[in-house]
Amino acid sequence: MTTAPETTLPTYETAKKLGLLPEEFQRIKEILGRDPNFTELSIFSVMWSEHCSYKNSITWLKTLPKKGPHILAEAGEENAGLVDIGGGLACCFKIESHNHPSALEPYQGAATGVGGINRDIFTMGARPIAQLNSLRFGNINSEKTKWLLKGVVKGIGDYGNAFGIPTVGGEVFFDECFNINPLVNAMSAGIVEVGKTVSATSYGVGNPVYIVGSATGKDGIHGATFASEDISAASTDKLPSVQVGDPFQEKLLLEATLEVIATGAVIGMQDMGAAGIICSNSEMSAKGKHGMRIDLDKVPTRQANMQPFEILLSESQERMLIIVEKGKEKLVEDVFDKWDLNCAIIGEVIEGDHLHYFMHGEMVADVPADVLVLGGGAPIYEREYKEPAYIAINKAFDIDSIKIPKDLKAVAKHLTTHPNIASKHWVYDQYDSMVGTVNMSTNNPSDAAIVNIKGTDKAIALTVDCNSRYVYADPETGTAIAVAEAARNIVCAGGEPCAITNCLNFGNPYNPEVYWQFVHAIKGMGTACRIFLTPVTGGNVSFYNQSTDEGPVYPTPTIGMLGLLDKENRMSLHFKQAGDLIFLIGESKDDIASSEYLFSFHNIKHSPAPYFDINKELEVQQVVKELIKEKLIASAHDVSDGGLYITLLESAMPNNLGFDIDTDEDFRKDAFLFGEAQSRVVVSINPENVDAFVDYLSSTNIEFTNLGIVSDTLLFIDGESFGNIAAAKDLYDNALERLL
Amino acid sequence: MKFGVVIFPGSNCDQDMIYVLKDLMELDVVELWHKDHDLQNCDMIILPGGFSFGDYLRSGAIARFSPIMENVIEFANKGGLVFGVCNGFQVLCEAGLLPGALLHNTNHKFICKNVHIKAQTYDALVTSMIEHNQVIKVPIAHGEGSYYADEATLKKLNENKQVLFRYCDADGNITPESNPNGAIENIAGVCNEGRNVFGMMPHPERASDAELGNTSAKVILDSMLNAVLKFI
Repeated sequence: MTTAPETTLPTYETAKKLGLLPEEFQRIKEILGRDPNFTELSIFSVMWSEHCSYKNSITWLKTLPKKGPHILAEAGEENAGLVDIGGGLACCFKIESHNHPSALEPYQGAATGVGGINRDIFTMGARPIAQLNSLRFGNINSEKTKWLLKGVVKGIGDYGNAFGIPTVGGEVFFDECFNINPLVNAMSAGIVEVGKTVSATSYGVGNPVYIVGSATGKDGIHGATFASEDISAASTDKLPSVQVGDPFQEKLLLEATLEVIATGAVIGMQDMGAAGIICSNSEMSAKGKHGMRIDLDKVPTRQANMQPFEILLSESQERMLIIVEKGKEKLVEDVFDKWDLNCAIIGEVIEGDHLHYFMHGEMVADVPADVLVLGGGAPIYEREYKEPAYIAINKAFDIDSIKIPKDLKAVAKHLTTHPNIASKHWVYDQYDSMVGTVNMSTNNPSDAAIVNIKGTDKAIALTVDCNSRYVYADPETGTAIAVAEAARNIVCAGGEPCAITNCLNFGNPYNPEVYWQFVHAIKGMGTACRIFLTPVTGGNVSFYNQSTDEGPVYPTPTIGMLGLLDKENRMSLHFKQAGDLIFLIGESKDDIASSEYLFSFHNIKHSPAPYFDINKELEVQQVVKELIKEKLIASAHDVSDGGLYITLLESAMPNNLGFDIDTDEDFRKDAFLFGEAQSRVVVSINPENVDAFVDYLSSTNIEFTNLGIVSDTLLFIDGESFGNIAAAKDLYDNALERLL
Repeated sequence: MKFGVVIFPGSNCDQDMIYVLKDLMELDVVELWHKDHDLQNCDMIILPGGFSFGDYLRSGAIARFSPIMENVIEFANKGGLVFGVCNGFQVLCEAGLLPGALLHNTNHKFICKNVHIKAQTYDALVTSMIEHNQVIKVPIAHGEGSYYADEATLKKLNENKQVLFRYCDADGNITPESNPNGAIENIAGVCNEGRNVFGMMPHPERASDAELGNTSAKVILDSMLNAVLKFI
């Protein structure tokens, strides 16, 4: 061995520094039948990190439903899930976190998150057509939060805009629990012809192994390990763990990759994400049941004298590993030459199941591929868990302890201007939402983003949803609500929910209370996915979202849902004309639990999740689907954060209309207007359809209430003026910018 | 009649433009690769939006040196029709085919949203079918879209009616509030003195498909088609 760290064989102390447990170090020695050298130990440390191995989550993830009639690639089979959308096309979609890099370097952290998730899509041969993101930050009044928010948004924008795929949806949420550790989850969806996908596999002895795209540098080394630790003051020492993105290279890589696939020369392909070359080598080799010989000195590098472990572990962005059918090398090289991208043969497929790494002709590592990967020999743990003490406090909440405020207009203003509810246009105006000319929600806003599949009568509907507070309040119910809300959003947009991808953001899994949240979130997700017939196609788990000072973030299992719709059924959320009637579908409740109203107006931080009956939810969604199909409603918008008042306002603003409604005396007025009880949808109806609407609803088990009418510009509740739409819109549109 | 859409590395609105011209308007369209020197006998050359060469140096500054630009410049100088949208407009300014320059938006942020524009001359090939005082709702999507020209150039642009579009509000009033990026005199698009080279920051191809709920800017592409028909 020629390199400094490898002059002596590493000890357990080194293993510990790399994040390995004593029993893991022991197991490595057993697998190899000898002591590992430093390069080999580094390989195990990243491949067995939480980020790559899912060692603390896989047992529970396996309980989630993953089969469905339209699923072409199940969770864990490929880089992203694949769903048949008819007409010979499939949608490939996935969500991933980039929380830790974004906490330290928000711009690059978020940018490379966007890059990574898009590579997962096009490495399968699908062309990305839409992106979404789900962001959580701390207290908006803190300078640190403002710095993180501005950096993350600019990072997402600069990368996604240049890459040229529209950002069509997302969510932004602020809470103090995210002060140190923000959450940055990025989702992408692409379209591919069924049967033309590429697999992340490697086989065929003698087939050349190519690395293409950017040169390999020292950025992001041990990034996967870093993602598997708590954030501490020492974390800034890990800045080199944060990768640097180049969206221009990514755009070229996209075009070149799709062209190369079209040549028919590709056996298998995988992007280089977490844990770099070693991850792609081992996962592809394990899948194809072959070995691989790699000459690390043939990898194009950005700097001289990189050590073997650095080349193997580097998380430099915009790279792909491609196994090419021997004899078809020129087809591949011509494409990369056209796009002026690096394209180098670094090795070949060999017999057996080992990965052999050479540097200047000398073997520097020899490891079996299978033992490194999830589903192979990577460790699997069952962690203990126990109910956190705060759950009992939440359950003890009594609505009668909250007095109904005299001035409900003050509550309305508080919510309209609250950063969790107010317009996020300051954020999304910085994203190109229209490139690709597929975003059907720009001019007709809808609860889920509708993305046109050009040349067909179909569109897809996409949404990301999770209310972290509901999940904290009650992980099982809160997560079921996240799935239900995603499905509701798709249904209100005229779609049929198809499948989900998830991004599971939790604290340290070795904390039994955090793990209890995780276990119950998975249970709630499994239940809801079975009810709504939306199997889980994959995603990622991000543990260790906590700081050493402030504890874990709110558990946040972000749900990215894909729906399918016939374009003729598309529905928008805004009122169309004065005089239309406004109805509430679903049951009103004396419930303000976990609402933004209770949390930030009354400052009550402990209460249960909002009222939720999953079977009722399903019925409500079926009713809304039927109403849309029968063309009985002019708009549909679900009641969510901020309650009924905010829903009405959001429906009124796009066309500068007003509303005149009456509350129901059977309920507390604050709960009626601002409570967040689930399974409710506000619809508007042209008067000529009212009879048919009432007839239909009367034939179902679903409660419905005539709230009032759409009016010209003025907002009236129980005959009391809540101002005019222009004033409300000014508050809603500009609140976020005023806070920044 | 044939349209050529130039593809630079990093172009990302090329296929959007081709979709409108080819699939919706049923025109003959070819892709022109930036490394080539052949304009394939096209009657009009379109430089699409995007981030050519990543726009790392300055928007359009590198694309202007792509091999095909030699031919585009020669074509334009002989009176050939050239139309640049967004990044294409930036490339045309960098190439000296259009006067002025595109600076960073005054808020130093990328801005993507619907804005309104109004034609300032109806005597240009891309505005000929627009009705007088018609307000067009059309998206912008750029970080460097603030049009700038020095006083003398500006004077000439106005005198020669080379200003194609100005940003306005929904009612057609040209106001400081309706200027999204700080462009001088609200200028959203210009043409050259010979009136054969056109550039605009807003994206007409994004407001031309009924499925997207806004076809307000299709009149620009229709005018262009009409112009080419007359021209050839």
